[in-house]
Formats: sequence, C-alpha cells, structure tokens
Amino acid sequence: MSKILELQALRKYYATQKAVDDISFSIEKGSIFGLLGPNGAGKTTLLRMITGIFYPDMGEIVFDGQKFDPLNDIQQIGYMPEERGLYKKMKIGEQALYLAQLKGLSKAEAMQKIKFWFKKLEMETWWNKKVEDLSKGMSQKLQFVTTVLHEPKLIILDEPFSGLDPLNANLIKDEIFGLAQRGSTIIFSTHRMEQVEEICDHIVLVNLGKKVLDGSVSGIKQSFKENKFSIKLQGEQMNANNPAFTILEEKQGGYVLKINEGFQSNDILAHFLQQGVTIEAFNEILPSLNEIFIRLVEGSNAKTRSFQQVD
Amino acid sequence: MNKISLVAKREFLTRVQKKTFLLTTIGVPLLIFAFYALIIFFSVKSTDNFTIAVLDKANIFNGSIDSKKGSDVIFKFVKDDTSVLKNKLEQKEYDAYLYVPENYSITGKSTDSLLFRSAKTVGIMTREKIENRISKTLEEKRLMSMNISKSQLDSIQNQKESITFSSSSGKTENQTKVGLSYGVGFVSGFMIYIILFIYGTMVMRGVVEEKVSRIAEVIISSVKPFQLMMGKIVGIGAVGLLQFIIWGILIFAIQLLVPVLFPQLFEQMQSQPVQPGMMAAAETAKQSGALSGIMNGLSEINFTLIIGCFIFYFLGGYFMYASLFAAVGSAANEDMQDAQSLLLPIMMPIIFGIVIMMQAVNNPNGSLAVFGSLFPLTSPIVMMARVAHGIPDGVTVFQLVLSMVFLILGFFGTTWLAAKIYRTGILMYGKKVTWKELWKWAVKKN
Repeated sequence: MSKILELQALRKYYATQKAVDDISFSIEKGSIFGLLGPNGAGKTTLLRMITGIFYPDMGEIVFDGQKFDPLNDIQQIGYMPEERGLYKKMKIGEQALYLAQLKGLSKAEAMQKIKFWFKKLEMETWWNKKVEDLSKGMSQKLQFVTTVLHEPKLIILDEPFSGLDPLNANLIKDEIFGLAQRGSTIIFSTHRMEQVEEICDHIVLVNLGKKVLDGSVSGIKQSFKENKFSIKLQGEQMNANNPAFTILEEKQGGYVLKINEGFQSNDILAHFLQQGVTIEAFNEILPSLNEIFIRLVEGSNAKTRSFQQVD
Repeated sequence: MNKISLVAKREFLTRVQKKTFLLTTIGVPLLIFAFYALIIFFSVKSTDNFTIAVLDKANIFNGSIDSKKGSDVIFKFVKDDTSVLKNKLEQKEYDAYLYVPENYSITGKSTDSLLFRSAKTVGIMTREKIENRISKTLEEKRLMSMNISKSQLDSIQNQKESITFSSSSGKTENQTKVGLSYGVGFVSGFMIYIILFIYGTMVMRGVVEEKVSRIAEVIISSVKPFQLMMGKIVGIGAVGLLQFIIWGILIFAIQLLVPVLFPQLFEQMQSQPVQPGMMAAAETAKQSGALSGIMNGLSEINFTLIIGCFIFYFLGGYFMYASLFAAVGSAANEDMQDAQSLLLPIMMPIIFGIVIMMQAVNNPNGSLAVFGSLFPLTSPIVMMARVAHGIPDGVTVFQLVLSMVFLILGFFGTTWLAAKIYRTGILMYGKKVTWKELWKWAVKKN
C-alpha cells in the first residue's frame, strides 16, 4: 500500500521549548492512525504542521507522494481541531455551506453533499436552526459533518468523541470506519486509550516532542507483553508448582501465571493436564495500551509542558 | 483571492441581514429626521393666526405695523379702553393686546414702555416674530424722524463694506467660500475619524468573536490567516460603504422633502439651522447674511475633488487601521478588557489626527498640518481639512499625491505587520498578551 503522508525528521522549536523534535513516521492510505501522547507532548503542533497552519522549522512533509504544498493540499485535508467551534449566530445549513465552499467545493456540489450527510445523520430538520440552539453533542455532529463533507483524502480528528453520548459516539465511529473503507485515511488524536485500541490500525506515541512508540496496535501489545496468562480451573487443584511458570496471583478457581524463561504456554497446559484438572479457560494477558502509555510516559519522567516556565 | 471574497461575502451578508443593521442604517437617520420634523412642526404650527389688538394712544405706529403677507401674526388697531380689551382677551376675541402709553416717544426719552399682555404664555417663536416686527417698524419710524427716507435707508443697508481677500496665487477668495471650506473640511475630517473608530472596532469585535467561539482554527485549516483577516476587513468595509451610501441618499431625500413639507420654514431659515448637512453652511450664512452667498461659495468648492478624496482616504484609512484593530483583536482573550489596554496605542494617532485636523482647517499650510497630512497614520483625517480649501490654496498636487502614496505604503506596512501578529494571536489561548509580546510576534520569522 502506498503512503498518504510521510513525515521526515520534522522539527518545530518555540522560543522556550522543542515542541516537535525530530519526528518521522508514515501513514498508509486507507488506514486509521492514532496519534497519542500526554497533554503538551506536541501533538497539536504536529497536526498544525500537517494541516499547513504552521511551517516546520526543519524536515519535510510528503503528502500523497509529493512535497506538501499547504496552499493546495489543504483542500484534500479535513481537520477537526481540539479547540473547535462554529459561528454561534449563523444558521446551520448556511454554516455548512460556507465551510464547504472554503474547502473549494462549488455551491451546487456543496449543497448536494450537505443534504446527503444531513440525511445520513438525521440532521435534516436542523437547517434553519442556529448553532447556539444546539446541544454540545449536536454541534459536535455538525462539526464532524463539516470536516468530512468535501471527502478529503486525509481526515484529522482531534478528540472527536469528547462530549458525545455513547449512541452518537457509535454513530460517528461507524462513519469513521465507513470513510476509511472508502479510501480516506484518518488520523485520530486522543488520549482515550480504549478508543484507540478499538479503532486504530497503527499508532504513534509522542512524548516531550519525540516519538517514543510506532507500530500496529497488536504488534505493540506483543512487544510489551510480559508473558502473563490467566487460567481457570474446575475443582480442587493440588500442586501448582512447576519450573515452567511462577504464580503471580491466586484467584477463585484459577491463577494468574507468568511463564519462566525458556518455556512455552503449552508447558503450563501440560502441567495442569497431568494434574487431572479440567481447564475451563486459558488465555494470555496482554497489556492494555493504557498501561503501556502510562509506563512509557511515567518512565520518561515527563513533566507536562504546559506547566513549564515560559518567560 | 477567491477565498478572500468568500470570507468577505459572509462577513458582509451576516452583518447586513441583521435587524440591527437596518435599524442603525435607516432607522437612526429617520429618527433624527422625525425628531427635527416634530420640533419644526410644533414651532411653526403653534401660532395659527395670532391676533393682537393694538391700542396706540401715542399714535406712533400711525395705524400700521410692518405687515408681511401670509404671516400668522395679525395686528389690529383698536380704540377700546384697556379694561374692555382685558375683557375681550378673556372672551378670546384677541390673543393679546399691545398698549402704547400716551407719552411714549419713539426717540426713547420717555419713561413708559410698551406693554404687551396675552391670554396665554406666548411661544418663543411667536414672541420673536412679534418683537421683530414691532422693533423693525419702530426703527423705521425713528430713522424717519431723523429725516432719513426709506429709500436712503435701503441704499445704506445695501452698501456693505467689502474687503477683497486674495491669496498669493492671485485668486480672489470669497469669505463665504473660506467659511464653507472650513465647514466641509471639518465635517469630512470628523467623519473619517468616526469611521475609523466605528468600523475599526467592528473588525476587532469580529476577530475576538471568532477567537472566543473557537472557530478560528477550523477556518484556518481551510484558508490562510491572511485571507481570513483580509476577507473580514473587506467585508466590513463594504458594510461601511453601503451604510454611507444609504445615509447619503437619505440625507439627500430629506433635504428635498423638508421644503415641501414645511414651506414656512424658510421664514426662519436664517436664524434656525435645521438640516444637519447644512449646519456649517448656516453658520456662514449668519456671517454673510445671504443665502445666495452660500450657493455662490458652494459652486466655488471643488466637490468632485473632495468626494474623490473622501472616498480614497475613507478606504485607505479604514484598511490601514482595520488590520491593526484585527491584530489587537487576535491578541485578546474572552475578556474584552485585555483588548482595551492594547487598543490605546492605536487610538493615539487617530486622536492626534483629529487634533491636528482642527488646526489644519484654520491654517491648511501650517507645518503641523503639512506633516499631519503626509504622515499615513494621521493623513486620512488631516488631509480632508486641507483638501476642502482646494488646490493649490489648501494643498499642492505634489503633497496630495505624496500623501496618497504614503497612505498606500502605510496600508501595506500595517497589514504586513498585523498579519504576522494575527496569525500567532488567533491560535493563542489563555495568555494575557502585552505589546512587547505582540512586537515579538511581528518580527519573528514565519
């Protein structure tokens, strides 16, 4: 698969801090990409460079095989920033039309697409309402529609689910999957790890302006696994001592085990089978992204940048 | 370019479609007009045929008081006694009576004075009319008693002292014209001053609104910050222009309407400036004492030049200052108070402009006026005062062109500077910004 976006040694320094310090990664077309990091890690600066709002001090951005040209390529990008909003006094239909036209759509084209999306997300009756009359969730939905309306090749969503109830969050999630299937690439920036695990194919974790992790969700989990297993047994168990594993925790009707070096999961099963107990369940415990995240960020002795002294 | 026009269109339409726009653009002038109309209406109409009985014991009026045709004050000479007159006053046969005591003398040596008694309090307009007519008649009688005939008097009155003022360019200056130039210069300079404030703060408020409602970043991911800023400035400038055109048409229409609605008005025209636009003219009318003088003076003022310059300096000044106002707006946070303190350095040159302008209308070629009309931050206000005096009396062609070039350069300068502040400020939240910081944003690269 070809790459939609490649970042090569990107740097952006502010007077007092290195917001983005030598970050490189690439994103494949049609994938859902997660950009993670604690507050102040440099995510927003990175996204602003990708959307052409900021220019990098050094490094290069390659968009769809060519050097990124902010003036023209932003038409191909839909960006929903974390700090988002709409004109409060403007009618919803007009607002969507205006934002679509700013993205280079003709009026007729924009109208047709707005109608399509409004129908899809059951927003048709909103046309003449004003944004100030909408609830937070509703305006979030509208914001999402205006971001994806022009069918951009690259959609950047910064915390898209904040303020949405589970029902609407699922609705938006389905749309995100649908867009990815139709060939759009989605960059998804958040610090809600359970959503990332659910949605993303590929993640990058940044901290203190540097990339600390890059890979697929399952690959990362594999590389951070601690060889822990949980086993559920039926009946009394007698001898649970075997050189193949160490017992970490004894639970009602089971154990949490860690395989010792040089052994395999089958060795555990063999041990319990020999004992003649019925095994009800046996599975590997993989670390959650949340745990990995906390381990990496805490390990780096991160201090949130927003609290750093700025003169 | 297309995006600037899209942004401008939105800014223009959202403002023009608001009810407050209609209210301020059409409502306010109409309200002022209605207010004036009411005042005029009551002052003119309050005196439907005021009949005054004159009991002329000394026979000084000789049976007639200078009577104007169509006037609503009527003098009626009677021979009744004062007590009878009092009665008739109560029966409303007369509105008032004038009693001239027997030993009253027009040479003014008598101790008795004229006695005027009315049934009700007399309105100020009517009182003025009565006073005017009585004293005019008395004046004539006094002169006649000194053997000066009416025709002699008329010829004296028509012989005015006339001094010819002329400038070194050899052109004769008409006093009315100088007065009118003063008025036109002052009014147009002042109007530009008001425009800079009203529309400048409108731009600033628009920027703050965009920032506070957090839509700035959404928009900036589709258009360049510069395009957003320019679009806003152009859109609001168009609103201002439209508003001025409507006001112009309304004032023109009202000026046509006033004489039709209130024909009696011209009787009082000389002492009562009514139409707002004619204020300055009426001022000078007092000095010269003739309406025809105004017309003469008006025809000598080069209105094409003034209107042309007004539009140029209106747009130039607005565009130059609007970007500065936008920059201040971009640095503000939720609290408008922050913006107020940042605003001061922008308002200073505007205020200096109006101060220099007041000097320049009197002395269009003083060194301060010349400096003020060339310096781009004050020239939109000051130059109007000089242009009103015409070319080359007020300003030379060279200076005018130089000033225009400076203004255009100033516009590029402030816009370039403001755009840099704007692009940083519009995305900066939760920080109180000082001018020192704004300067840093302006000079840093990118």
